Parts: sequence; structure tokens; C-alpha cells
Amino acid sequence: MYRYTDFDNAFLAERNRQFRAQVARRIDGSLTEEEFRPLRLMNGLYLQLHAYMLRVAIPYGTLNATQLRKLAEISERWDKGYGHFTTRQNIQFNWPILTDVPDMLDALAEVGLHAIQTSGNTIRNVTSDHFAGAAGDEIADPRPYAELIRQWSTDHPEFQFLPRKFKIAVTGSPNDRVVTRAHDIGLRMVLRDAEPGFEVIVGGGLGRTPMIGKVIRDFLPVADLLPYLEAVVATYNLLGRRDNKYKARIKITVHENGIDQVRDLVEARFAEIAPLFDPTATKAALARLDEMFTPPALSPRDSTLFEATRTRDPVFRAFADTNLTPHRVAGHAIVTISLKAHGATPGDATAEQMRVVADLAQSYGQGEIRVSHMQNLVLPHVALDDLPEIHAILRAHGLSTANVGLASDIIACPGMDYCALATARSIPVATQIATLVAAFELDHEIGPVQIKISGCINACGHHHVGHIGILGLDRAGVENYQITLGGSATEDARVGERMGPGFAYDQIVPAIERLLLAYLDLREGPAETFEQAVQRAGLEPFRAALYEKGARDAA
Amino acid sequence: MTQGFVITANALIKGDVVWLTPTGTLTRKLEEAEVFTSRDRAEAALAATSTRNAELVGCYVADARLTSVGPAPAHFREGFRARGPSNYPHGKQAETGTDSHVSLY
Repeated sequence: MYRYTDFDNAFLAERNRQFRAQVARRIDGSLTEEEFRPLRLMNGLYLQLHAYMLRVAIPYGTLNATQLRKLAEISERWDKGYGHFTTRQNIQFNWPILTDVPDMLDALAEVGLHAIQTSGNTIRNVTSDHFAGAAGDEIADPRPYAELIRQWSTDHPEFQFLPRKFKIAVTGSPNDRVVTRAHDIGLRMVLRDAEPGFEVIVGGGLGRTPMIGKVIRDFLPVADLLPYLEAVVATYNLLGRRDNKYKARIKITVHENGIDQVRDLVEARFAEIAPLFDPTATKAALARLDEMFTPPALSPRDSTLFEATRTRDPVFRAFADTNLTPHRVAGHAIVTISLKAHGATPGDATAEQMRVVADLAQSYGQGEIRVSHMQNLVLPHVALDDLPEIHAILRAHGLSTANVGLASDIIACPGMDYCALATARSIPVATQIATLVAAFELDHEIGPVQIKISGCINACGHHHVGHIGILGLDRAGVENYQITLGGSATEDARVGERMGPGFAYDQIVPAIERLLLAYLDLREGPAETFEQAVQRAGLEPFRAALYEKGARDAA
Repeated sequence: MTQGFVITANALIKGDVVWLTPTGTLTRKLEEAEVFTSRDRAEAALAATSTRNAELVGCYVADARLTSVGPAPAHFREGFRARGPSNYPHGKQAETGTDSHVSLY
């Protein structure tokens, strides 16, 4: 884990002191809302439908037990006893009162957390692989690079008023678990002659105009990371459109100017500024960071107890077969804790659940917790033989749902239930689909499938890259849901195709049921996943299943 | 069912939804809101209310239906603002107290 320096602590204390004074000036009337709004947004404070919302950054999705306990404490002391984990590895508190927020930020600072640049037209919280440092397929841990980028981008004076927000994701594995191709900049670690570097992808994004990012540099030596990122963002800062909010993201800049011209401008800028950066200093900084992210010294372990329990206990077996990912050290596993209990709000955890996970991390998981962009929590370093006990504790707290990667493991944005930008609800659509899937015990029958729901065109729920995407819209004052099919959120990212006319609120869940049942009919066997069946059979048989009966009902 | 307009905003401190009443105070209950039947008069009231910078954020005119018990939401978004989220019994639907008066603290 990154350890805050005296500089970091002083910076955060000063920043929080400034925000406390800004809140006081807003309340005493010295600041108008127009003046205050950009200040609160730079500190993660939104005003939503029913209340303020505080978005707290969880840098590259990594937490320790003390931090997670502090989040639990904050949720009880100043909110309603729960938090909402998001698709950008943040946590959101839905009910803070303005006058409490400075105290909440001070409480976060006690454990090295903050809400800086979780909003506004700046470089946002850098996301990374939730399996970093544990996955067997990893070239190197991406988090030292993510932390370097966090330090470089925080309060970067040139990039506080970009044309629009700017999101960076970093992965150290060839298997992309962070959707790099849907980010303003995606960094994928690659090897060239045994030297690690990054494939730099630029101009991806979802939202109103979904675009898959393009490769701007196929190999960037790690020592050039900061000057190259600075060249990309500086080029965008000059070239990006400020005349139209909907054309202001870098994906439009790349689309309108062409990747070749953007590349030429970036390389020219890079040539200018690279000499101002000291590659030796970058390497030294990375070496210091590498040391902080040294993986725990795990020795191969026996897994007799795990195997015996798995054979004997079908509930444990379902959990073990669904929620575990191979760890690089024998006898260990990466455990994903589903925050998608059937019928529960995706991504929500109560204060008690946060404490349970923190305790488990401390007792059995090297003190580490990860937040995934799939809105689940992860214990990255667990011995298999500890799993029977861990599972029993998770089960006692509603955290043992065996559905990771399955139909009920749904991404859903807060939607109209909370968000001021939403055009329709997301959460109840997700909970009803999950409840239906549970009632017919479809999760394991159907196998891997990703359903992703957004409550507006901004696509926080990543619906474009879902195997099944659902987009909630307002059609003449009524909630209406469009379905897309064929998307992918991996290294082969694809934007799904819209199936046809949308469905009313009370018709969307039956429509998804028809799609899932059509897959069971169409697949060549249980080994063919939903995604593979769509790729093989095409959209038409699924469209027929959706609209044969549904179109008349939905009209 | 008659079409009307209400003036609504979020309260500065708590951030929750409030409406303008006929006496110029603010209420946390939609049914206590003043209903304007003329768009012009609603816009004039909005202009006056928007100056209440120390109490309110984001004033706007919302459509309302007129019912026997007072104004009701005309659009589902206003329905959620008047009621609260649908996944938990939080927000206005949980606030059963009779005191709907809005004060700064």
C-alpha cells in the first residue's frame, strides 16, 4: 500500500482547511452557488435529487482494513449506514449534510483518503486492476504507475479546467479487467525485449457517443510515462472543443482530427517537454513506489480442508466455483465478495458488512481489500484452507452470494433513484432481474453473462459494453428502456448494437427474461457462453425473441 | 386534473427538496406548495425566489397536477423528488414528522 508522506498529509490537511472555509463562506453568503459549485465539485461534493452526495476516491481500487472501517464509521456517523461502490472504484455517500462534509473529509484524511478530483473537468481517480498484485497473468503490478499518475495529476495546475472530465485506467495484465478501451487514456502493460512498457490507448469513452479507444503509441517505456501523459492531456487541452459540452471529450477530439494527427501533435509536444522530465527521477520514484506495493510473501499452501469442504458442502462448492480466481501462489485464491445479493441494490454495502470485510481482510487476507469496477469487493490474497471459515462469516452477513460474473452480478448506476442527471431508474430494474434469475435458479444454468444498466445516456453503468446493455430513457414523460446486445468490456472491447424500440418499465424485465431463455434455446451446449452464442448466431434470433411477442406489449 | 406550476429547489444545508408556499415560506411537503396556474406568474415567482441564495440551490419551475389534496407531481422525476428513492425507505417518505418548516439549521 502507498504510505502517505509528510508532504501528502500536509497537502490534504491544507486542502481540507480551505474547503471548510469555502463551506463557511457559502453559508454566510460570501459565496454564491455559482462560485461555490466548482469548489465543491473539485472536492467530490455533488447535489443530487434528494441530498448532497460525497464521492470518495479509492485510488486504483485498493483499501486497507483501517480505511474500510473508517468508511463504515463515516457512513454511520454522517450518512445512513451504508455506502455505494461505483464503476470507477469510488464510494459514494448519498445523504450527507453540507455542514458535516468538512468533518467527513477530515475523517477521511485520518486514513489517507480524500475526494479530490472525483468530479469536475479534471483528471479523475485513476482506476486499475482489482486483481493487481495477485493475478497469475500479470506482467507487473500496475498500482505503482497508477499512484505515480495520481500524484502527477492531483492539483496539476495546467489540467484543472480541461474541456471535460478525463479518465485514465491502467492494467498490468494482458487480460483487460479495467476496460482500458473505454477510457480517455488506457494504459496496457506490454513487454518488448523483456522490458515492460505501455501500449497507450486514447479516445475511448462511453456516454452519448460511445467510442472504442485507439492505439496512439504501441510501446511507451515506463520512464517516459509522465511526459507522454502530459503531452496527451496538453494536446487535448488545446485542441478539445469547449463550444459544445457533448463534443468536448477527447474521444471526439480524436474522432474529428483523426488519430494520426493527434499522434503527431502529441509526439511533437512530447519532444518539447520530455527534456524537462528527469527519467532517472521517474525511475527512482517508481522504485520507491514498487517497494510499497511489494506483494505479501506467501508460501505455497496445502488445500486439503478446502477440497474436502468443497466436496462435502454444495453451498460452499457453488461459492468456490463462482467467486474465486486463481492466485499466483499455489494454495491461495483471489476471493470476490459479491455486493449483488439477489434483490439488493448493486454495489451497496452496509457499515456492518464493511466491517466484516475489513476484519476478514485483517485476519485472513494480508489486510488488503479491493473495489472492482463491477461494484464488488475483493480479498486478493487468501489461503484456500481459510475459505471454509471465511465463507461461513460472509454467509452470516449476507455476503456469500455465489454469482460473480453471472446474470445477477449486474452493474447498475444509481439512476433516477438518486442521480440528478438520470432519465430513468436503474436500481429496481437490476433488483428485479436478479430476483427473477434467483426465482428460476438461472444464474448457474445460464453461466457467464454481463448485464449492465445505465439510467441515462452518460452511461455510468457501462451499458454499451455489456453483453446485455440496458439504457433507461425518458420518452414523453415515461421511463423507457433500450436494449443493446453484443458489447464487450475486455481487451476485445466492443460497443453493443441497439436491438430496436425500447420497453416500458414494466416490460423490461420480461424482455430480459426472453433474451436469457432464447440463449438457453440457441446455445450449442453449456460450454457456449451467452457472449459466444451472440457472436456465432448473430443478433437476429435474439431480436426475434425480444420482439415476437414483446414488441406488441411494449408498443 | 388541471395543469399548474410549483417553484422548487434544494435546501442549501440539508440538500433536500423544498417548495415555495403561498406565504413565501419554504416547505418540505409538495402538497403545501403554492400552485401557479399561469406560467408568467410562476416565472415571476421563480425570479424572486432565485435570489434566496442563502437558503436555496437550483430553483426552477416544475409542472404539477392539481388534485383534491393539493399539487401532485406531473412528471415521474418530480415524483421521486417528492417521495425519495425506491430502493430504501429513505428521504421524504421516511420523514413522518408534521413539522415541514424549513430553517437553515
